[in-house]
Amino acid sequence: MKMTKIVRTTADLFFPFCLVFGLYVVVHGHLTPGGGFQGGAVMATGTALLLVARAYDDVTGRIRKGAMKACEAAGLLIFLCAGFSGLFAGRPFMANWLAPAGQWFRTFVAHGPNPGDLNTAGLLPLLNFGVGIEVLGGLTVILLYMLSGIKEEKK
Amino acid sequence: MMDTFVMRHLPALLIAVPLFAAFLMPIVGNAGRVARNAWVLLGALATSAVGLALAWKVLATGTVLYVFGAAAAHLPLPMDSGGIPIRIVFQVDALSALMVVIASLSSLGITIYSLAAESRQSGLETFYAMLFLLVAGVLGMVSTGDLFNFFVFLEISSLAGAALVAYRVDNGVAVEAGLKYALLSTLGALAVLTAIGILVGQYDALNLATLASRLQFTTLDKIALVLLAVPLAMKCGAVPMHFWTPDAYTTAPSSVTAFLVVSSQASLYGLFRILFTLYGHLLQFSWATFGWFLIVVGVLSMFVGVTMAIPQKDVKRLMAYHAVSQTGYMLLGVGVGLAVLGNADALATYGRTAMAGGLFHIINHAMYKGLLFLTAGAVFYRAGTRNLNKLGGLGHDMPWTMVFFMIGALAIAGVPPFNGFASKLLIYESVFRFSPFLSIVAMIVSILTLASFVKVFHSMFLGPRRAEFAAVREVPAPMLAGMALLAVFVVAAGLAPRPFVDHLIQPAVDALVDRAGYIAAILGGS
Amino acid sequence: MSSRLLLAMPYFTVVVLIVLGLAVMLSKRNLVKILMGLSLMESAVNLFLVATGYRHDGVAPIYTNVPAGPMVLPTVQALTLTSIVIGVATSAMLLSFAMVIYKKYGTTDIQKIKKLKG
Repeated sequence: MKMTKIVRTTADLFFPFCLVFGLYVVVHGHLTPGGGFQGGAVMATGTALLLVARAYDDVTGRIRKGAMKACEAAGLLIFLCAGFSGLFAGRPFMANWLAPAGQWFRTFVAHGPNPGDLNTAGLLPLLNFGVGIEVLGGLTVILLYMLSGIKEEKK
Repeated sequence: MMDTFVMRHLPALLIAVPLFAAFLMPIVGNAGRVARNAWVLLGALATSAVGLALAWKVLATGTVLYVFGAAAAHLPLPMDSGGIPIRIVFQVDALSALMVVIASLSSLGITIYSLAAESRQSGLETFYAMLFLLVAGVLGMVSTGDLFNFFVFLEISSLAGAALVAYRVDNGVAVEAGLKYALLSTLGALAVLTAIGILVGQYDALNLATLASRLQFTTLDKIALVLLAVPLAMKCGAVPMHFWTPDAYTTAPSSVTAFLVVSSQASLYGLFRILFTLYGHLLQFSWATFGWFLIVVGVLSMFVGVTMAIPQKDVKRLMAYHAVSQTGYMLLGVGVGLAVLGNADALATYGRTAMAGGLFHIINHAMYKGLLFLTAGAVFYRAGTRNLNKLGGLGHDMPWTMVFFMIGALAIAGVPPFNGFASKLLIYESVFRFSPFLSIVAMIVSILTLASFVKVFHSMFLGPRRAEFAAVREVPAPMLAGMALLAVFVVAAGLAPRPFVDHLIQPAVDALVDRAGYIAAILGGS
Repeated sequence: MSSRLLLAMPYFTVVVLIVLGLAVMLSKRNLVKILMGLSLMESAVNLFLVATGYRHDGVAPIYTNVPAGPMVLPTVQALTLTSIVIGVATSAMLLSFAMVIYKKYGTTDIQKIKKLKG
């Protein structure tokens, strides 16, 4: 199933913006509404957009299932390892040991109006990132599997 | 030993190890068959080791608390929490320890078994990943002290369970059963979630102990109790909500079925936890009513289960109905305990014994029913059919499977010296003093169970060799090893039930009755 | 009075949605429609959770550019998010089951695909 050139071009044009906006939601997860799951879902929408606008094989050429599965596994592993890192800092599983200690994620988020410093909240941005790429991978794989029916109907 | 790094973080490892094993599975799977099998074995061994070590620690030193993400793992009320345990707390008491032991032993046995039994299938990475997720879900359900966390693990185990039921996708019936299981589980989980919403909206707490100490038993709380109890009773396969069990148990791969039994029992644990710990003292004017509710459901399950089982032709379907029937014994034993909870004399003389019988039956059932499902899987593996009318004469070529089947069948029928007899004897004795009629029903059901399994044994293993099964040989060693692991427990707990009852079951009974202790472990005081 | 009625509106909606979802699940024979009923009920429960967390004049607990005033305890919102995530996983799995069933049997009518007996 192939749509008109206008639709295809627009979809191509919007695809990177989907990814960037999703990444913004992921990265700002600890400051503004949103977070790993929401951002990952937004990024996966990009795939849905391409799938609707283009032929199935065209999309799988660009977005590979294997890479997405790797994304999923990597995200889950980042999440688990971040959880484990608490143990080695002498704290319980999932403890936010980075928050007051490290150089990069030094501070807690300031009360009241603030410019939205990203280097706050310790371990949380890392967890958001892990969840983000996990959801990106997982939802994209689901989309690719489910919409593979499009290919068959064409015949 | 008691305070090493690993020992301190056991509750976190209990969940993290199987999850880790599951998440790395797609990556390890690329490295080939041997690497994958080694990884699976390693994951299963590590999970069981952590589970058993945790249970040992709980039984040796009392309730183990683990606060996720706090400054210190053992303080449920740190300075920054404002008097409410806002973080997720794992609270592993003796009852949880019993369930953890069951899940650890059973998961190890079935994983070893499936290494050989599933080797002919494709998509094994997903299969093992789902199996580890199921194990993690069950372990989480029984060890969490947080109501919402319980819901999450319930959903994890349901989803993984449904995916495993439907694992043999090439066969439409399996997907149908998986769909049925997933649909019912989701509906049940939605009811549980609504109940959680009702409780949180009123009391601003998710922690079981905190909720238990704040509960007022308003009308909304009563609605919440129904919304919690009914789905959990459904998930443990009690009549009249047992209709999903035969389908799911029959179509799932046998090793998965053996663990679905444990997963049902985790729901049973949830039911007991909610009736005894969460709502315990609020029911004090109606303990007898709720006790009788459990008893009636239990007796119905026993009777309906066994009568439905007898005419079945599919051996796994028959066993699934027997699983419903055996769940009835657990409900009966614990129900008698709940009914006499207000009467100190009766509780001391027979109530505790009845509960001990019920809880002992949980672990025994997980072992012998797991064993029976594994033998059914072994027969299917070689003979290619589960139809009792077509099977026959397999005893000549599959002697070990036959022996294991005999052990399981005699145990489920309550024949000495196997573990089924030990727990059923506790139930008979104590229930007889509560109500002789119920005890007699329980014995009749046992006799019917024996009759049913004699028939199965006869039609599967006895008789002359058949031409169509000429190629049948004994199953591969890993399958035998998995069955042997469960069989050893069945025999050991039957020959020497005393140590099991004294050191594993009695503490669990105490934990179930001791509601104040459960709350005090979190909130302090007594 | 009218403001109290307004505050109760979400709960009415929840009840209506749950009843609708159940009615759809029980009355429809098309598998996909049954799953839609289930999704409807899921949304109803999520709405219920969020509704219990509403506090009049409360501020969302986001520190950036926050005005003065009391903040809402975000526990139920967190629960809802978790429940939505679980809902996505459940729907995806159930829909893929429905797809497999359609491929095997050529129909999504539950009356026609019953091979399992009760």
